[in-house]
Amino acid sequence: MIEAVQAWFQRLYETTGFNFTIFYDPYDWDRYVAGLRMTLLLGISTILISLVIGAVGALLQSGPSRLLRGLVNGFVVVFRNTPPLVQIFFFYFGLGTLLPDVRSADGLRTPILDNVQWAILSLSLFAGAFNVEIFRSGIEAVPRTTVEAAEALGYTRFKAYRHVVLPLALRVCLPALNNNLINLLKTTTLAYAIAVPETLYAVKQIWSESQNVLEMMLVLLATYAVLVGVLVWIMHRWERALRIPGYGR
Amino acid sequence: MRHTIRTFLTLGALAVASALAVPGQASAADGVDAIKQRGTLIVGVKADYKPFGFRDPSGTIIGLEPDLAADLAKRLGVKLELVPVVSANRIEFLQQGKVDLLIATLSDKPERRRVVQAIDPQYYSDFVNVLLPKTAGITDWAQLKGKPLCATSGAWYNKDVARTYGAEIVAFDGSEKPLFALKQGNCLGYVYDQSMLQGKLLDDDWKAGYALPLKGILDAPWMMAVALGNTTLQTMVEDATKDWMKTGFVVAGERKWGIEPTAYSKAMHEKYKNATN
Repeated sequence: MIEAVQAWFQRLYETTGFNFTIFYDPYDWDRYVAGLRMTLLLGISTILISLVIGAVGALLQSGPSRLLRGLVNGFVVVFRNTPPLVQIFFFYFGLGTLLPDVRSADGLRTPILDNVQWAILSLSLFAGAFNVEIFRSGIEAVPRTTVEAAEALGYTRFKAYRHVVLPLALRVCLPALNNNLINLLKTTTLAYAIAVPETLYAVKQIWSESQNVLEMMLVLLATYAVLVGVLVWIMHRWERALRIPGYGR
Repeated sequence: MRHTIRTFLTLGALAVASALAVPGQASAADGVDAIKQRGTLIVGVKADYKPFGFRDPSGTIIGLEPDLAADLAKRLGVKLELVPVVSANRIEFLQQGKVDLLIATLSDKPERRRVVQAIDPQYYSDFVNVLLPKTAGITDWAQLKGKPLCATSGAWYNKDVARTYGAEIVAFDGSEKPLFALKQGNCLGYVYDQSMLQGKLLDDDWKAGYALPLKGILDAPWMMAVALGNTTLQTMVEDATKDWMKTGFVVAGERKWGIEPTAYSKAMHEKYKNATN
């Protein structure tokens, strides 16, 4: 089966010149699949961490403490006003040098965080800043009277947030959140700049060796279209599952 | 009528002027006799590639390749004029006659041999090597298996090194970022052109902690070039090259500029040392 596919693409290259090396060269195929796996790892981890950052940040933003409110707003300003690629470079090349010197057994300097971990950290903070504002839009859409009713029932501020405000806010802000998470999945391509072996990095290496830029570009675009399509489908299922009769649509 | 006469006179004047202007055009691409008559040998060299061609604090171009050019000028008995070139314009300068000869880290490639006259035997060869910290204790390419190596994205040898030695290539754009990453310890070494790595080792911040303990692989010869058809200069430079190989002039030059003589230079010296022609 696999040999048939490989042979077909080999013939395609010989007859038409369309060189899809990943389909007939096992080495390139392995690199491409490893890239896909890394993109999925980056995507899932940054989505989950940024959701947590967003929820916690939005909670602190509407809290009583001026200091915490200021900190969250400062965080949002810093990470929304700067380009994500610059943030990634800053974390990896800038902060990486400032962190304490850790030496391995043979005296070589080892970094505390490797490039994948820096990429996840940087992208999570970047998307988290946007998520804070998105969750805030949802929270402010919950009527004041509903929150007062929760207070009257004896909920503490945190418990009211968890059981009453957040569920309602989530349903309101889900379309905007969906948007941001899709952006995040595509923004993971920026990790190629710090040599994280994700899809764009793997494809770039393949096309610089085999000179088949157009074919690899098409594969790359199709890959992300499919990945984002899957994410959108998952989010739509989640939206449908969260639907409350009489609230919203 | 007056207009027609004026047009003809103008065209005639232009024709005469252009006929007179042509002989002075290809002054730099002429053979040995023309160079001797001119009294200067014009050679295109790099000015930003330590230690093959770079500037000293006063701005003069110095290095291994200017030394080779100076030797050629001495053999011809003329003065030397060095013209700084970069990769993007060096072949065009030669073709346009701005320089007689190119000694500018020019890699030997078939497309280039079609447009310029290469000088054989090739005077030098670059290799692929890995800049490693001295404390790494790596003495053989086989020890790189499974280790992360920083590299420049798009280099033609990255895949070869990864497949043959099992190293994990961590590729960045450009040649500055891999060096940053190496300094931070994100990879074991930096795989790149040996000549550039040798130049880096002449800098103080790399000299102390880093070295090139491995033997260079994947040799890529460099060639000197003259304009197509310049047979007298070609013959003269070819003879000079063989003489350099015989006397070990290039090996001595490498030692003078502080780099380890390459396997190619040593091999050529061995080969021509006892040659009778």
